[in-house]
Amino acid sequence: MSSGTLYDKVWDLHTVATLPGGSTQLFIGLHLIHEVTSPQAFSALKDKNLSVRCPNQTIATVDHIVPTISQKRPFADPLAEEMLSTLEQNCSEHGITLFGLNSGKQGIVHVIAPELGLSQPGMTVACGDSHTSTHGAFGAIAFGIGTSQVRDVLASQSLAMNKLKVRRIQIDGQLNKGVYAKDLILHVIRSLGVKAGVGYAYEFAGTAIEALSMEERMTICNMAIEGGARCGYINPDQITYEYLKGRLYSPQGKSWGKAVKWWNNLASDANATFDDEVNFDASNIAPTVTWGITPGQGIGIDENLPIPKSLDPNERIIAEEAYEYMNLEPGKAIEGLNIDVCFIGSCTNGRLSDLKAAAKIANGRHVAKGIKAFVVPGSEQVAKEAEKEGLDKVFQKAGFEWREPGCSMCLAMNPDKLVGNQISASSSNRNFKGRQGSASGRTLLMSPAMVAAAAINGKVTDVRKFLNEKSSNQLS
Amino acid sequence: MDLKTNFPQGPIKIINGRCITLVGNDIDTDRIIPARFLKCVSFESLGENVFADDRIQLKGKHPFDKKENKGASILVVNDNFGCGSSREHAPQALMRWGIKAIIGQSFAEIFYGNCLALGIPCATVANKELIQMQKVIKNYPELHWDLNLQQQSLSSSNYEWHLDFESGGLEMLLTGKWDATSQLISQGEKIDKRIKLIPYLNNFT
Ligand code: SF4
Repeated sequence: MSSGTLYDKVWDLHTVATLPGGSTQLFIGLHLIHEVTSPQAFSALKDKNLSVRCPNQTIATVDHIVPTISQKRPFADPLAEEMLSTLEQNCSEHGITLFGLNSGKQGIVHVIAPELGLSQPGMTVACGDSHTSTHGAFGAIAFGIGTSQVRDVLASQSLAMNKLKVRRIQIDGQLNKGVYAKDLILHVIRSLGVKAGVGYAYEFAGTAIEALSMEERMTICNMAIEGGARCGYINPDQITYEYLKGRLYSPQGKSWGKAVKWWNNLASDANATFDDEVNFDASNIAPTVTWGITPGQGIGIDENLPIPKSLDPNERIIAEEAYEYMNLEPGKAIEGLNIDVCFIGSCTNGRLSDLKAAAKIANGRHVAKGIKAFVVPGSEQVAKEAEKEGLDKVFQKAGFEWREPGCSMCLAMNPDKLVGNQISASSSNRNFKGRQGSASGRTLLMSPAMVAAAAINGKVTDVRKFLNEKSSNQLS
Repeated sequence: MDLKTNFPQGPIKIINGRCITLVGNDIDTDRIIPARFLKCVSFESLGENVFADDRIQLKGKHPFDKKENKGASILVVNDNFGCGSSREHAPQALMRWGIKAIIGQSFAEIFYGNCLALGIPCATVANKELIQMQKVIKNYPELHWDLNLQQQSLSSSNYEWHLDFESGGLEMLLTGKWDATSQLISQGEKIDKRIKLIPYLNNFT
């Protein structure tokens, strides 16, 4: 019997069959693919002499390997070029729409699907990428899959899945000035831990969540995976519908009204039962920065680095490992820590509102000497809108580089990489060892505004200090 | 060396071989296979690059470089193994290095699913037993072990531990139905029926 959560409703609607092993065959409404995790899946199809079952429910783009300085083909890196041409070939062979470079619609897969209106309430969304959880912001059940599963979805538009439990994360109250969605989710992960979500879907609810824009909601759901939850979602509401209205793939004409009517019934019922519930007060959250090697190792900007002995024994080992890798000292303040590189971008924080928040800090100021700072819009559309508002000029004048869209230094599969043990302030989502392209490179995760503040001062900075200065509000 | 012939096929009931331990919680897939090795259109050469950066840093002292661990096939890890990126390249790299099964305190979800899709059983044990297990393996790397899926155990001449398996996955491995593709396509009619019931695929009528 349905317990009446959105998760249950969407799950039931998409259930095709129960498989012999006991798992559920789940229909996938939207399958997003990109160049890194799809080539081996297409080869497997070929080996088995299978075709793509629903090419119209499959959408491709290229994001992970694209260079951000010059996107001229062929790419300087022959391996990257091979990956892109393989994707192009697979898409044309199977009749799949590919939003490639210069289509005006290319970008990070989790940025473009929402902006094209592809991600909608009530859908099941899968993609060979763990941050597929992003699309849960629309009230979809969206999760990352591996390449064998990409093959399965291509072949059958469905997946063998086990049902998750649902944990409601209720966040009430108001975020303070200078505290963003990124801080909120870093705070949640820090509090619950990086594996608390294993076996769960996270439903984010409460007045603080309801007050967020769609772009902010995407930041929240994007990082559900960093808390161990394979998917995170937010019940759809008026804000969701307003965002979707008029987008390329959104329901048009008469269908729109019917869609909204259906969407209105999807939200978790008032009497829905959850497997677990936790509460947070948004007004207690400070700008949050990670100092370690997991996204759960975060602290408020005004706190000091934790003393390993004071931590739970389970966290102590990884904390010690983190201190060794990061070359930081327990007990010291995080504010004021010198940085080398500043990266604004990624599927977590590479959208227009993120760039605006950062530009507001950069405006009229200049990047500190010796700091490399660059901004990578999440998509061609984000780049275009930002340029229309003159954000590119604001950043460039402040000493930031303005790049072409892609994943860039979020995972450094393109030429954008840390060098040696450089330390970066990054608006991305993972601070794992070696994540940003150097085996000894170090990453501090924070909000885009905090990254901009760090760039200006050359060190970790409480962005609220800038926001309180009179001069910083010229940019709307 | 053609490892391909050794890749799992059909029902998986017993895996025997030597064990290798890798100590540490939250070992993410970026560490198992760094992103630069994902720049490939096939999985073939991943095995040699498993844990590439960790191995460079430990200069030959990484468990995957130690002489006594060569040819081991059962990997014993700790908590939340395989977290982070969904890259199937991670279990592919482990498999191509020679790993056929993994034992740990817990596994990240997507990693677990990826392993299952490749026929790599992931078993769990409580932390206390795990530490004992790792100690024994470290002291006696030459021991041969049986990882028995039916009996849910890991044993050698003098030792035996009970292992836990997620029941759906275990069933799939034991019956050889862990490669889901054919099962999924065989439900063609049911898929068609389902499509007709989903509002957004039918103009919301
Ligand atoms: S921006 Fe980073 S996390 Fe997002 S899809 Fe690209 S590589 Fe993955």
